[in-house]
Amino acid sequence: MFIIYNQMGSGYLESVNPVILSKKIKTFGKIQMKLLYEKSVSGRRAVRPAPSDVPTSINLDSKLLREKEADLPELSELDIVRHFTELSRRNFGVDTNFYPLGSCTMKYNPKVCERIAAYPGFCYLHPLLPQLRMGGILTQGALQVIYETDLLLREITGMAAFTMQPLAGAHGELTGIMLMAAWHRDRGHKKTILLIPDSAHGTNPASGAIAGYEVRAVPSDKTGVMDVQALKEMVNDSVAGLMLTCPNTLGLFNPHIKEICDIIHGVDGLVYYDGANLNAITGKVRPGDIGFDIVHLNLHKTFGTPHGGGGPGAGPVGVVERLTAFLPVSIVVKRDDGTFALEYDRPKSIGYIAPFYGNFGIILRAYVYILMLGRAGLIRVAENAVLNANYIREKLKDHYDLPYPQLCKHECVFTAKRQAAGGVHAVDIAKALIDAGFHPPTIYFPTIVPESIMIEPTETESKETLDDFIATMIQIAQTAKTNPEKIKSAPLSTCVSRLDETMAAKKINVACVQKKE
Amino acid sequence: MPFIANTSEQQEQMLGELGLTMEGLFADISPELRCKSFALPAGITEQQAREKLAEISLKNSTELIGFLGGGFYDHFIPAALDAITSRSEFYTAYTPYQPEMSQGTLQAIYEFQSVICRLTEMEAANASLYDGGTALYEAMMMALRITGRNKIIIDDSVNPIYRVMIDSYTRNLRIELHQTLNEGGLANRAGIYRLVDDETAAVIVQNPNFFGCIDDYSDIAEAVHKRGALLICSCYPISLGILKTPGAMGADIVTGEGQSLGMPVSFGGPYLGFMATRQKYIRKMPGRIVGQTVDTQGRRGFVLTLQAREQHIRRDKATSNICTNESLCALRALVYLTLLGKQGLQEVAQLCADKASYAYRRLTEIPGVNPRFHAKWFFNEFVVALPCEAVDVIGRLIEKGFAAGFPLSRYYDGMQNAMLIAITEKRSKQEIGMLAEALETVL
Repeated sequence: MFIIYNQMGSGYLESVNPVILSKKIKTFGKIQMKLLYEKSVSGRRAVRPAPSDVPTSINLDSKLLREKEADLPELSELDIVRHFTELSRRNFGVDTNFYPLGSCTMKYNPKVCERIAAYPGFCYLHPLLPQLRMGGILTQGALQVIYETDLLLREITGMAAFTMQPLAGAHGELTGIMLMAAWHRDRGHKKTILLIPDSAHGTNPASGAIAGYEVRAVPSDKTGVMDVQALKEMVNDSVAGLMLTCPNTLGLFNPHIKEICDIIHGVDGLVYYDGANLNAITGKVRPGDIGFDIVHLNLHKTFGTPHGGGGPGAGPVGVVERLTAFLPVSIVVKRDDGTFALEYDRPKSIGYIAPFYGNFGIILRAYVYILMLGRAGLIRVAENAVLNANYIREKLKDHYDLPYPQLCKHECVFTAKRQAAGGVHAVDIAKALIDAGFHPPTIYFPTIVPESIMIEPTETESKETLDDFIATMIQIAQTAKTNPEKIKSAPLSTCVSRLDETMAAKKINVACVQKKE
Repeated sequence: MPFIANTSEQQEQMLGELGLTMEGLFADISPELRCKSFALPAGITEQQAREKLAEISLKNSTELIGFLGGGFYDHFIPAALDAITSRSEFYTAYTPYQPEMSQGTLQAIYEFQSVICRLTEMEAANASLYDGGTALYEAMMMALRITGRNKIIIDDSVNPIYRVMIDSYTRNLRIELHQTLNEGGLANRAGIYRLVDDETAAVIVQNPNFFGCIDDYSDIAEAVHKRGALLICSCYPISLGILKTPGAMGADIVTGEGQSLGMPVSFGGPYLGFMATRQKYIRKMPGRIVGQTVDTQGRRGFVLTLQAREQHIRRDKATSNICTNESLCALRALVYLTLLGKQGLQEVAQLCADKASYAYRRLTEIPGVNPRFHAKWFFNEFVVALPCEAVDVIGRLIEKGFAAGFPLSRYYDGMQNAMLIAITEKRSKQEIGMLAEALETVL
């Protein structure tokens, strides 16, 4: 008998008998999956640890021990493999379906990168080893990967140096803003305000606030990019800097970018480049060349490392020369004799932001990806990402409204305003796409576009896939007019239909925990 | 090799339909904004990449017999774990924003949250954080939000790697950070009690602590709660196979590094931060949380819930800026704990303790090698005092094929001769004996 804990703390929401549950489920046609705990059979086992080879077993002081064993599920190895294989079949990934999730760059993740990341020389290397005397020489390969990835990223972005430590994009943002704060502190500046466009990812204002800044939103102009006039009015000596995604979340490249950088530099501010959308301009534009001071990259977007269902990612941060002294410790350096070493003696550094050298396994995959693509390949990535996005924009523009009809970069943003007037909203269109075998685009973001549908096809998708997607989108637009109810009932093909998110937030049940005796 | 599907002909055809050239697609970027340089090497094929990286990987030595820990451990990883987590339906998916087509990830995270709750004896867990250090920092920030206070007390027996991270993160914030110095290898109770007051948001401790010593923090929890403050406990999940849980001690927020649960040490990442708390604090928790609900036909399903806490909704008022977390690592931890099961985890934990206890006795028999602390109980890691500087001894042992341990002088004053040694179930009696013999010869 399993008890589902109730958020109110007053007791238990419902008690679920696995047998009754499975009967109930079958009445609905599709078989609902049991939880691991509902499959557990007392005494059943999978992997067994090797027997002990030491003479005695220690009896620790009983008051330091847990009262009863940790209540983990008890299953056979086959039970477990079947459970997770079945779960995997209830998931969509890039490998199974077209995944045009805007701003997420869901491109193909090369298998070779997975293979290489599993080489024993990389995955069984302890991170403390290079911190020991004589240990550095035994980790030369790993240090080389970090060092050379740094050099490659410098050339790709035009920055002077990178830290590979940030563990995801938002972590890179926080690191970047901490660097900004350290620089201002060092110069004796009293700066309190961070400017961020209203079209920014939510992580930007959150990172700025967590780093200790007051965040102010700069409005977009009627062409969809940051309003330079408004920026001029908002800028003053209290402004520490500006965070900008370019191309922005509407997929638009800001033509005033140089002027914007100059305005911020005019008040001794720093300009931060959110690299979430770098895929659109790799080999075409380098943030370092146009005046940005700090850059973070999402290796899991631009450089093809898998998203993992929500991580792990990696968010290296690059800076211009005058900020290099502030980068986190440690840094990998190359000595005169050609060997690599960790450098700790960095008095102006912001300190440690990760336990070691970043998500090494992810950095390694990105390194392989960059080496394989090379100069010409990375340029072709940007060109084909932009070509695919514009092809979709062109083919769908008569069927969905385009709030900003100009040339786009890696993604195009439509509004479902026309369909919404007839009762079919962006979310309904998204759900109808699921039934047609497509992962939906990002919806309701950026928030400055009502009923937004943000489509990022990436460069790895073929024209055939794009054509299928386009045909489906057109079909949905037509059905929205003739049979809106059909679309509103989607999806019908998945293991569950639309879920009650309000109930999830009200009757909170976030863990299956056993009733206390 | 850019993994692009479209042929040149198809690209031309598509450009034709747009009435543009490839260059025309970038007409909105004026010439003076273009790259000043892009001097990258030419691309290589898969075969070349594999050969090159195989060669680089051989410059790393994984031949050493390892006794390095410090919060990051070399545990055995079953084959089924890699088989399951290599399914690309899991690893090529994004954050599960569309629940109908992400029930695999969502149910797995719900189950991960469930095992973390059961392991720690807490009531609610999140979907993961980056690592044990950022998880501890997030717990500290959460305690500040819950209590509305700004004083934090942390004992120096907490992993120094985490303490230096917390120090970095708080430099630009108005937080009063106090550190107590351990007493003989255990948390300094007198120091903590002297500092705890009505301004204190939280006290931070770790079990087993950085020195491997085991403690029961029930008394600290009680004292802290009397002042309206919270107890934050960082823990080593494998040890919870046998050790008293932070939940049973009265901790309010529990965090830890989940690397030991099926992640290889991988030169520092990807790792897994986890966090669990009391049900009443769930709305103050950072990160993704998966909750159970029903669909339109009453079938059970899972969704990301309480999203109003998060950055994509709340922006600068969010509980954290975290977006991408360590979802695939959380899946690994879940599969690992499930493969071991109730009895297996207990056995692994007991094996670690038994082997460490054997190694401790074996090594402290060597003349000049002594226990560094008076604290009697440790889990799988312990500190010995050597007759000379640990840094030198460790260097000499590396030449003999052992990563023997970590020198505490790197983080602690007056510990030049102290070496931290970790044992997992993978280290054999024979290897421990070889280490002892090698240590004897280098002293």
